[in-house]
Amino acid sequence: MALESLDIRRRSASQTRAPDVRERLEVAKLIDISRCIGCKACQAACMEWNDLRDDVGQLGGSYDNPIDLTDRTWTVMRFYEEEIADKGLQWLIVKDGCLHCADPGCLKACPAPGAIVQYSNGIVDFQQDNCIGCGYCQTGCPFNIPRYGVRDGKAYKCTLCSDRVAVGLEPACIKTCPTQALSFGAKQDMIDIANARLVDLKERGFDKAAVYDPPGVSGTHVVYVMPHGDPALYRMPREASISPLVSLWRSGFARTLGVLTMVSVVVAGFFHWMKVGPVDPDARPPREGE
Amino acid sequence: MATEMHPGTQHEFATTRPPDAVQRYSTGERLTHWAVALAYVVLFLSGLALFHPFFYWISLWFGTPTFMRILHPFIGVALAILFFAYAARLWRENLFSPADRQWLRRMFAYMNGREEARVEGKYNAGQKAMYWSMVAMVVGLLVTGIFIWRPYIAPSIPLLGRRIASVIHAIFAFIMFVGIGIHIYAAVWTRGSMRAMTQGWVTRRWARYHHPGWYDRVARGRETVR
Repeated sequence: MALESLDIRRRSASQTRAPDVRERLEVAKLIDISRCIGCKACQAACMEWNDLRDDVGQLGGSYDNPIDLTDRTWTVMRFYEEEIADKGLQWLIVKDGCLHCADPGCLKACPAPGAIVQYSNGIVDFQQDNCIGCGYCQTGCPFNIPRYGVRDGKAYKCTLCSDRVAVGLEPACIKTCPTQALSFGAKQDMIDIANARLVDLKERGFDKAAVYDPPGVSGTHVVYVMPHGDPALYRMPREASISPLVSLWRSGFARTLGVLTMVSVVVAGFFHWMKVGPVDPDARPPREGE
Repeated sequence: MATEMHPGTQHEFATTRPPDAVQRYSTGERLTHWAVALAYVVLFLSGLALFHPFFYWISLWFGTPTFMRILHPFIGVALAILFFAYAARLWRENLFSPADRQWLRRMFAYMNGREEARVEGKYNAGQKAMYWSMVAMVVGLLVTGIFIWRPYIAPSIPLLGRRIASVIHAIFAFIMFVGIGIHIYAAVWTRGSMRAMTQGWVTRRWARYHHPGWYDRVARGRETVR
């Protein structure tokens, strides 16, 4: 937070602009699935740089270890076996973690001011000291990324090493990747590299190879090269976007309508009283037979 | 002055209750009603702070926003338990009767200061509608609230369920606010109602004017306040 406090593009539950005098280059991480060998060095580097040690978990019957993201595991390699037409059995390895959406559902859903921020370089970061542990970021996230600490009840996820990036270093996972499956730099450069890679892949017979930069969330700051194209094979949503339910729930429209409803009840009561006054049979002169 | 007190008589509690007052709400009913009301105020304020950032400052009344978030669902369960304990005593008197149609037709005329349609029950049709809508809202808020209750329930609810529950929770909360707003205003507007819910009694004229059918039954000893 401290190092990046002058270039905040969005701040959760805030009605006025956060300090944003400083404009930074929009960055992205490129995950080239076709180059990934599933060594999990990125997982180890993430734990090491962020100084996190997860509990020893359980074997899930595959190479997945740990078997899911947690408050202390911000990235995890997921292994899928897929039978693909004219390719045969394929072993797909997906580095899962926050995609740093340009339009982040977590930030939209968050009710705590400043608990989630988006820097001008595109990184979406959780500020745990402002987090109240409500779970709304999970509700808002299209990719099922945020996880809560069991002991502190705060939400955690990949920071894209915002602390390293702020001082001109690449994220820890990038630094450690031995096969150049991971790259980091300007978003446009990453898109260019990804597109060049698509040309290679298509020459090698991966006709459906595609770049995953879902427009439904206005693009992401973690971009995938998917050699088989279809995101569903990699267990990623084909049409990733913030759920319309979340958009409705946290929209300015709904918030304004809610407040107007409250105000109108009070105003209606006020004017009704001024027009009609109280019903008071005890103060009324008695009628015949009363 | 002590010397002027009648010797031998007990010093009575200085109540303003007229000797011919009609009991409308029992002590148990009143205390439960106000317990529900207090819980509602806490829930409304904390819910509002979470709904709209403009009201986030309310969370500081709870010490910290995190504590407010932890407290809200527990108070919600407390409200539901108290509310249903209370509502279970009232449901029979809130069943709609054919005469209620007449009242509803003339509701707006009554609100504009014209004569009220004759009310047969202990409650008029507006009160009955309020009763059933509040029953529905509390059920809805309880169920949806439990669905999104971190850390106990929410993790085992699919995300779609949590999304739907969040939206319904917010919508129902606002319907409930409107209902409670009307309820409070009606109690202030109808002079004597607030006293009925704080001290338990109404005057005979109040009972005859607002609830003549109920008054007749009470006067003939056919209905008593439990």
